[in-house]
Amino acid sequence: MSRAKHISITGGRLVDPANGVDDLLDLHISDGKVLAIGDRPPGFEPETIIDASEQVVCPGLIDLAVHLREPGYEYKATIASETRAAAKSGITTLVCAPDTDPVIDTPAVWELVRRRAKISARARVLAVGALTQKLKGEQLSEIAALKAAGCVAMGNGRRPLASTLVARRALEYAATFGMTVFLSPEDHHLKAGGCAHEGAVATRLGLPGIPSAAECVAVARDLALAQHTGARVHFRTLSTGSSVDMIRNALAGQLPITADVAAHQLHLTEMDVDGFDARCHVSPPLRTLADRDALRRAVADGTIGVICSDHQPHEADAKEAPFPETAPGISGLETLLPLVLKLVEDGTLDLPAAIARVTSGPAAVIDLPLGQLGEGAIADVCVFDPELPWTLNTRTMTSAGKNTPFDGWEFRGRVTHTLFNGRIVHRPD
Amino acid sequence: MAALGNNIQLDEQGRLKHFLTTEGLPKALLTEILDVAESFATLPGRPVKKVPLLRGRIITNLFFENSTRTRTTFELAAKLLSADVLNFNVSVSATSKGETLLDTLRNLEAMHSDMFVVRHAESGAAHFIAKHAAPGVSVINAGDGRHAHPTQAMLDMFTIRKHKGDFTPLRVAIVGDILHSRVARSQIHALNTLGVTEVRAIGPRTLLPKEARALGVHVYHSLEDGVKDVDVVIMLRLQKERMDGALLPSEHEYFQLYGLTDERLENAKPDAIVMHPGPINRGVEMDSVVADGPRSVILQQVSYGIAIRMAVMSMAMQTGESGGKA
Repeated sequence: MSRAKHISITGGRLVDPANGVDDLLDLHISDGKVLAIGDRPPGFEPETIIDASEQVVCPGLIDLAVHLREPGYEYKATIASETRAAAKSGITTLVCAPDTDPVIDTPAVWELVRRRAKISARARVLAVGALTQKLKGEQLSEIAALKAAGCVAMGNGRRPLASTLVARRALEYAATFGMTVFLSPEDHHLKAGGCAHEGAVATRLGLPGIPSAAECVAVARDLALAQHTGARVHFRTLSTGSSVDMIRNALAGQLPITADVAAHQLHLTEMDVDGFDARCHVSPPLRTLADRDALRRAVADGTIGVICSDHQPHEADAKEAPFPETAPGISGLETLLPLVLKLVEDGTLDLPAAIARVTSGPAAVIDLPLGQLGEGAIADVCVFDPELPWTLNTRTMTSAGKNTPFDGWEFRGRVTHTLFNGRIVHRPD
Repeated sequence: MAALGNNIQLDEQGRLKHFLTTEGLPKALLTEILDVAESFATLPGRPVKKVPLLRGRIITNLFFENSTRTRTTFELAAKLLSADVLNFNVSVSATSKGETLLDTLRNLEAMHSDMFVVRHAESGAAHFIAKHAAPGVSVINAGDGRHAHPTQAMLDMFTIRKHKGDFTPLRVAIVGDILHSRVARSQIHALNTLGVTEVRAIGPRTLLPKEARALGVHVYHSLEDGVKDVDVVIMLRLQKERMDGALLPSEHEYFQLYGLTDERLENAKPDAIVMHPGPINRGVEMDSVVADGPRSVILQQVSYGIAIRMAVMSMAMQTGESGGKA
């Protein structure tokens, strides 16, 4: 890690969607902040100059959904291992889920996570506090205390709330303190014991299905509750075209909601589960091609403002079992930017819009002045070569979790430098 | 896509290595299984002759779900092929002590098993074991979750061929709980591969997959309409627990709507046969009069089960042999 305090990144294409910038502009950084854009300010003497010609310079990525596994599941991954993977992948802010063990339902647990992240110092770690005690869905956590301690939102992971009444109270109480609530819409009764999309593939494979309605029912209910309570609700990892339509309508009605999608949902479908490929066991499940296309359209038109990795690193054993017994989730940090760039390659959206979905989009959800590179902004920067071809190989992954179905995929575009708080945390070897 | 699931069943020469599902196997191979089984089958009432085909080979029955009936037919088939048989009832041993399926497999491989006959409650378990088994080891699926039960399906095909000869003109109705049935899935794929005219799935919506058409069937909700002009009626077993979870109101109403009676069978072809994978719930899936009647071939199904399992085991072991295993 470099200790340089004055850094210039020169000759690159600066893409800063929040500020409407997309031009060949130099970026000058001093004491962890953006000092100037364009010409070098008089008297500024950079100790380090990063030549970014032919490269894209953008705000460091913000990943809204990351399972850091520490404390409690260090055999899957640690804060140290995953922040290292984040730095290599251009991600400078990780918003971790509350489902650690113990869960992040008290300021003390969050303090522990924060301290370990500070020691690692490769990325900013923020947290979603547990909406209910021990994530059991019954009693509210001390939301005001968690907010005061620095949690950026509240959520219950993918665990269910005991009733619609608990959901209502939780939204009302969180709204009292202006706290955004992350909801993962899923009706657990409809999900039953399902492990794959209830469609043609699961029918053939005899896998217990999760109907699209399991998500749509929950989105409809949660939208009604958002309207009733006035709470700010962020819908996590949508997977169906119908729920996207409902979100779009609600946004047209000026409801204060936002939504995200996991990057893998924009590239994979139920077909990828065929052959019982447990690497494609994810929650919510991979759905149909029509759903994937609807999700892509929603990302393009801004209905979905955030693409996240939904990073869930696992030990190898977690995926070495008959499909229904495997743990759901993909180790996604290292494919977040590559999969987003693939959308640009596919013509789904242009580069500035794509970058917005992983920078200014998530920053708006957690309401922090991150994900942009205006003068005075925190100097979290990602520099990548948009043309560099490479192939993902799980053996060379940095994350402790090697569980990804993208093993062997060819990507174009690779991170060369990552700056976190104005310090270089990743550079070419 | 489907190729991934299928290739694993065949060796480089396209011969049967593992028998995990009837889906995606070529018609010639399914026909070969029936032909080989024919050579083992005898007239009813006469014992099958013991043959030395698999002498010195070890076959392990790896049953994670209890099933005395299926396990016994596999064991008998193996012994008639002169193989040595190990029985592992894993539901009460290893995994309940926290051992993973993979650990169990490695341990049993260390005992030099040449073939695993696997039954497991989860769909995909047999595929999983086949993927991780040592190169010379064959895997036969004896039922995995809702996915497949290919030897049961093939003995049903054998029974149908015995009675009907050619598959091409046949219309076959499968009645009952298709949603949860591995037997039905394997039957449907086998029937379609063998080229029948039509496969029908009959039942209430709660017992049919929402995407039933993806299996290659025509869906009927009325038994009377569904059995019209069919050559074969296959009744599926209704598990008692389907009454829980709001899938069905009662056995009584189920029998009223979907129970096979002589009267309803009138709609089928005059020479239609009636099958059931057993064990039958008399008065739920069918009337005793039908089960014991002249069109019922249920007991023949059981006796053909041995020949089919002998056929599949001997075929899969032969590929193992030429695959360079000592």
